[in-house]
Amino acid sequence: MLNKIYDWVDERLDITPLWRDIADHEVPEHVNPAYHFSAFVYCFGGLTFFVTVIQILSGMFLTMYYVPDIKNAWESVYYLQNEVAFGQIVRGMHHWGASLVIVMLFLHTLRVFFQGAYKKPRELNWVVGVLIFFVMLGLGFTGYLLPWDMKALFATRVGLQIAESVPFIGTAVKTLLAGDPTIVGAQTLTRFFAIHVFFLPAALLGLMGAHFMMIRKQGISGPL
Amino acid sequence: MSKHRVSRRQFLSYTLTGVGGFMAAGMLMPMVRFAVDPVLKASEGGDYVATKQKVDDLTEEPKRVDFTIKQVDAWYESEETQTAWVYKDDKGEIVALSPVCKHLGCAVAWNTDKSNPNHFFCPCHYGLYTKDGANVPGTPPLAGLDVYEHTTKDGILYLGAVKPHKGA
Repeated sequence: MLNKIYDWVDERLDITPLWRDIADHEVPEHVNPAYHFSAFVYCFGGLTFFVTVIQILSGMFLTMYYVPDIKNAWESVYYLQNEVAFGQIVRGMHHWGASLVIVMLFLHTLRVFFQGAYKKPRELNWVVGVLIFFVMLGLGFTGYLLPWDMKALFATRVGLQIAESVPFIGTAVKTLLAGDPTIVGAQTLTRFFAIHVFFLPAALLGLMGAHFMMIRKQGISGPL
Repeated sequence: MSKHRVSRRQFLSYTLTGVGGFMAAGMLMPMVRFAVDPVLKASEGGDYVATKQKVDDLTEEPKRVDFTIKQVDAWYESEETQTAWVYKDDKGEIVALSPVCKHLGCAVAWNTDKSNPNHFFCPCHYGLYTKDGANVPGTPPLAGLDVYEHTTKDGILYLGAVKPHKGA
């Protein structure tokens, strides 16, 4: 049945080369844990991507209940966590995944660094990877405020003061982030929400696309 | 041994699809259940709510009775004003009709259409109901007005859940 539907579409649109280009390629022996178990270090990039997919999905579902408003944010989080079926699980996935994605990203970075895989001709991919790292940190920072509890508020205060300590432009940067020179409040929350769910994910998707296209074009670096 | 031999490639592709599907399901099941929760939530039975209407003051003329219910909308709790049209029928029994038009949900009122006196009238699309709440054929509504369950305590009218109109 599925095969027939596939054939029907493929006959008209010739979609096979499209996904073959993406999915059908050999994994070199030195990258395959089935040959050398130590090759598991090559999994961290893929795991980062996998956790990112979970983050995007669980985040999409969380916004079905979450409200980025100072009067309702905490209440809506409390409601979705305690009253909605699997709320604790879905929020837990997003909460723990946020930490896990940083861990995986860091391990991936360590592997690339210590294997020297960033060297010519892959310098650009390293640069894009570092940008992805910054975007992830930004997602962590903005997402931390959204539950609008005490921990979120004061962590954001501290983060904003760090931003303020930048010479010359610090104050402007802080106001730009918080939406107000002094208050961490209504405008901060909506801004952080917009950055967290629209701006940074868009940047992340673009950067990840570039990251993957480059690794496909250049191939994975050879054995040590 | 069956004649239908499974090649190594087929076996691996089935296994991978199975394991992958299992993992995807484990990931998606909580999220989907989370999303459909409003559909599956048990609806709360309507408690009787006191109105300010004294039963003795009711007449055969439908009277607008406003009352407030405590509404819990997820994390937002509020008091909402609701309306009922209440009168005593020929046998002296209380009838409390919902004002929500069965056409598209506008609010009906008693005796507001000059050309159709002594009817409930909906201004949106000229829906008409007779005094007992039955819809007048030929006007947009396809069912009679819903009926509030009601009870009396200490001479005060209490209104409860909304039930569909019983065919006139």
